[in-house]
Amino acid sequence: MARKIRVLIAKPGLDGHDRGAKVIARALRDAGMEVIYTGIRQTPEQIAGAAIQEGVDIVGLSSLSGAHNRLFPKVVQLLRERGAADILVFGGGIIPVNDIPALKESGVREIFLPGASTEDIIQYIRDNIK
Amino acid sequence: MSDRIREELERWEKTTLNRAVSKSPERQPSFQTTSHIALKNLATPLDVEDADYCRDLGFPGKFPFTRGVQPTMYRGRFWTMRQYAGFATAEETNHRYKYLLNQGQTGLSVAFDLPTQIGYDSDHPLSDGEVGKVGVAIDTLQDMEILFDGIPLDKVSTSMTINSTAAILMAMYIAVAEKQGVKSDLLQGTIQNDVLKEYAARGTYIFPPHESMRIVTNIFAFCKDRVPRWNSISVSGYHMREAGCTAVQEVAFTLADGIAYLEAAIQAGLDVDTVASRIAFFFCCHNNFIEEVAKFRAARRLWATIMKERFKAKKEESCMLRFHTQTAGCSLTAQQPDNNVVRVAFQAMAAVLGGTQSLHTNSRDEAYALPTEDSVRLALRTQQIIAYESGVADMIDPLGGSYVVEALTNEIEGKAIEYIKKIEAMGGAVQAIASGYIQKEIAESAYQYQKEIEAKKRIVVGINRFQMEEKPLTDILRIRPEVEEYQKEKLSKIKKERNNVKVKETLALLKKAARGKDNVVPPILEAVKAYASLGEISDTLREVFGEYRQS
Repeated sequence: MARKIRVLIAKPGLDGHDRGAKVIARALRDAGMEVIYTGIRQTPEQIAGAAIQEGVDIVGLSSLSGAHNRLFPKVVQLLRERGAADILVFGGGIIPVNDIPALKESGVREIFLPGASTEDIIQYIRDNIK
Repeated sequence: MSDRIREELERWEKTTLNRAVSKSPERQPSFQTTSHIALKNLATPLDVEDADYCRDLGFPGKFPFTRGVQPTMYRGRFWTMRQYAGFATAEETNHRYKYLLNQGQTGLSVAFDLPTQIGYDSDHPLSDGEVGKVGVAIDTLQDMEILFDGIPLDKVSTSMTINSTAAILMAMYIAVAEKQGVKSDLLQGTIQNDVLKEYAARGTYIFPPHESMRIVTNIFAFCKDRVPRWNSISVSGYHMREAGCTAVQEVAFTLADGIAYLEAAIQAGLDVDTVASRIAFFFCCHNNFIEEVAKFRAARRLWATIMKERFKAKKEESCMLRFHTQTAGCSLTAQQPDNNVVRVAFQAMAAVLGGTQSLHTNSRDEAYALPTEDSVRLALRTQQIIAYESGVADMIDPLGGSYVVEALTNEIEGKAIEYIKKIEAMGGAVQAIASGYIQKEIAESAYQYQKEIEAKKRIVVGINRFQMEEKPLTDILRIRPEVEEYQKEKLSKIKKERNNVKVKETLALLKKAARGKDNVVPPILEAVKAYASLGEISDTLREVFGEYRQS
């Protein structure tokens, strides 16, 4: 049997809006993935640490507080510094489209905006994790 | 009379209706509200057969307040138009407040940034990237002085969305008022001060529940003596609804929290009637128009009954559920953002028909960022059009007596009572939250909602039907990254200039009060006046109370 895709869903920063993160965590689980949800108020260090320790394939970051420009790239950078550049990072939340190019430049692979369906996210993960 | 209606109804169903449906069936096999209340095709007097007008509805301003809490409602004065606002620095937000007041807003509502809400100064490592983002950054009394500069605090009422650090921000507000020459007993406004829903849904908790409840009751006691016209809590269903719960769950969880606060107040030796009259509520107004109108009416009647029967309130005023409403942020779409203006208008209309005391209307661009000045003006204009042009404010509870509204009011009340009983059996709201029950219920509803959208069982215009190619909105409010540096510099300057001996002394007194049984609010007020920072005051309390960690 094929190994299940392992995903870390994380809430960086002080933002408490976790509706989306929880819905996505559950949808990915229902789609047969192994999902770890960190809970709210995680620092980039905690998230990178958890991703490495749990041996996940991909990390999904959710932020609705506007702190994404600071916090998302930090997670990518910390993973690289700790030799875990192979763990993909994607994000979602209230993110102005103008911020997306810089986020992608920093190594965040994909950004999902309001209105995205859980199907889109499941498909994205399946396409990118072999 | 009923027999005749029943007979005629049956005949209509068998003949006229049957003929129509057999030719062309209804759009879907069954209809239900967002709370899964089944809706039949038509409500008739049979649906409210058991109603007793004087018992169940009564008259405005009288128990059980189903039709409204004031005898004149909006014929006396409109609801307070109160747009939740705050971003970047106190300087910029002060400018927004003056703009809103100039545009006809009638009350202020302060949005604080997350560090302020969670008790971190702008220079704290965990504040990195969050300063001034979701609200205004407040580090010391100086920021609060700037925030209300030129705004007379004896004239305006101010609501502050602040919970774990409510005592600190309220103390700062009192201190600013004093500097303006306004005594605290004249101040009108509200602090949210509802920590229970922070554990359940919103996330800005600091201390463990027991310690948080102590601070809440300390605030009740302080307000009773020092700020008697102030609402010392705003028990909030809004955030649980935004996190995904249904209308029925919103009523049930909110009133269950209200019960828990009153129980805590009684345990702390406070009188029910004194506390109850300063409790306000805060609800969401979502899309399902009739259900929302019924929800507000049901909440009012149920709370009145709880106050009278359970808490044996002596004053009728204690039984009044007064509430603020905000339209549903989670209903806004990033796609075709102008559609949000329409959604907000209907939601606002439902809140008015539900008898709200104050209202915030969301802006069209809030699925992207905090609103621009233009967007927020349009949102305010929406309220003004409802107030001045629609005519719905000219009669009290104009939908009262509608068969479906009354039937749904009864049904929502009944279902909320079932939930509250279940929560009581668990030991009350504090226990129900500690065990994760409420969080699970909310998450379950949120997941079902999303699944319904993806299965197209629920249509969201522009999301799963009527989509179009469009350019995303880019003309949005940006918080300049320099705000964080500016805020840090301001803080470091004031820490050098203030009397640091005095700061140490006041914080030591606060620690003593926190360790013992004294009310923590008076020493917080002294610390604030000495320009102790929000972070320093919060850290002092953290040392004594510890911190809550989500399990």
